[in-house]
Amino acid sequence: MSDLLQTPLHDMHLTLGAKMVPFAGYNMPVQYPMGVMKEHAHTREKAGLFDVSHMGQVIIRGADYAAAATALERLIPVDILGLGENRQRYGFFTNDAGGIMDDLMLANRGDHILVVVNAACKAADIAHMTAHLQGVTVTPVTDRALLALQGPLAETVLASLNLAAADMRFMDVATLPLNGVSCWVSRSGYTGEDGYEISVPAADATELAEQLLSHADVAPIGLGARDSLRLEAGLCLYGHDIDTGTTPTEAGLNWAIQKARRTGGTRAGGFPGADIILPEIAGGAARKRVGLIPQGRAPMREGVLLFAQVDDDSPIGQITSGGFGPTVGGPIAMGYLPTAQAATGTTVYGELRGKRLPLTISPLPFTPANFKR
Amino acid sequence: MKFTEEHEWLRPEDDLIVVGITEHATTQLGDIVFVELPEVGATVLKDDETVVIESVKAASDILAPLDGEIVEVNEALAENPALANDDPVGDGWFFKIKPSDPSQMDSYLDEAAYQALIG
Repeated sequence: MSDLLQTPLHDMHLTLGAKMVPFAGYNMPVQYPMGVMKEHAHTREKAGLFDVSHMGQVIIRGADYAAAATALERLIPVDILGLGENRQRYGFFTNDAGGIMDDLMLANRGDHILVVVNAACKAADIAHMTAHLQGVTVTPVTDRALLALQGPLAETVLASLNLAAADMRFMDVATLPLNGVSCWVSRSGYTGEDGYEISVPAADATELAEQLLSHADVAPIGLGARDSLRLEAGLCLYGHDIDTGTTPTEAGLNWAIQKARRTGGTRAGGFPGADIILPEIAGGAARKRVGLIPQGRAPMREGVLLFAQVDDDSPIGQITSGGFGPTVGGPIAMGYLPTAQAATGTTVYGELRGKRLPLTISPLPFTPANFKR
Repeated sequence: MKFTEEHEWLRPEDDLIVVGITEHATTQLGDIVFVELPEVGATVLKDDETVVIESVKAASDILAPLDGEIVEVNEALAENPALANDDPVGDGWFFKIKPSDPSQMDSYLDEAAYQALIG
């Protein structure tokens, strides 16, 4: 495992007693001595600090913001041109088949765009942008760590380092000095809780993380709880709930494609797969992502096949993410089902260890979002 | 008490053997969120998949360490799987088996050998 990459916080994780695992080519903390269940609860009740430095940070720079935005809109079906300064949006790269190549966050940082992509996809994403974006520069940011501070007390904690953090709304971005270091801060996250994501120079990352952790209400949180938190929040994990074989409409992500990019919009289409994606937005897709609650206690995980009736021969779908929801207090899952058989409240059957066990189709998210809008 | 290399502990209790998993195992597994126990009265053979446990991370099978009949299961554990983390060699026991060949116990590790195994 010596070829695994390390984040700037690696030594701190070891000092904190983290259990490290390989993830997307990095050696990452999956849990700390507190354990996944308590880490999850701590984030929902107080504040958790996550190292997400493995994710890709990329700066797109053109003659001005509009030039960079116009270029990026050729690859991403999001209204980037209309994104206000110091605001962030969720988006994704699409392919010619209408599938999702990666999902991402993009921010209007005045004279440039900051794109944050998944670790496992970042090399491909950078190559994709470099190959297809004209008249702009694509610059991977390799000298900064990325922290996420999540939970209902995140605002109080970060405001103790810079009062301006409290004035940010959900999906605002700002450059804030924290601990005397200029950080790129967004009010966003991947837990369903209020919180911040903080891009900090690598050399200053451990000191900032330690300062945040010195707050009595902040605990370090590993990838295990990050996954259970995002699953309860109904958020997609790339490579599992969404991939090159799922379209935005199937995934329930139409909301991320603003009116300007849809049929009849001022800049309709003009991105890969628009001929598939735009008709689906208008007319629906044949299958959709749904929430699923196993009626028994056994967790049902990714890959479990779903059947309409307990004794049917052919599956109608499968689970793409599943596990135990610590806040829900029971097993939860997400998966794909034919749209005609995906009504909330319907019972379907998952095949687990040779048995067909019932699940109820459920609204998402499983736990209410607590964003500061 | 005896131990298997699969991190089960086996504690004789009259003519029965109580079976659970060790603290080393529960630490490795992480928080346990689901336990599926065998039916009381079931006859099992050594190495049969007898218990399914799910942690926050993954599912694992627990194999029957001995041939015999399941005579009691820990219903409290099914209700509260965290008992396996909180008290692995006490309240977190899985089942009691009446061995059909008690000499099968002889092949298992004593505590010193088990401690050496897990280092």
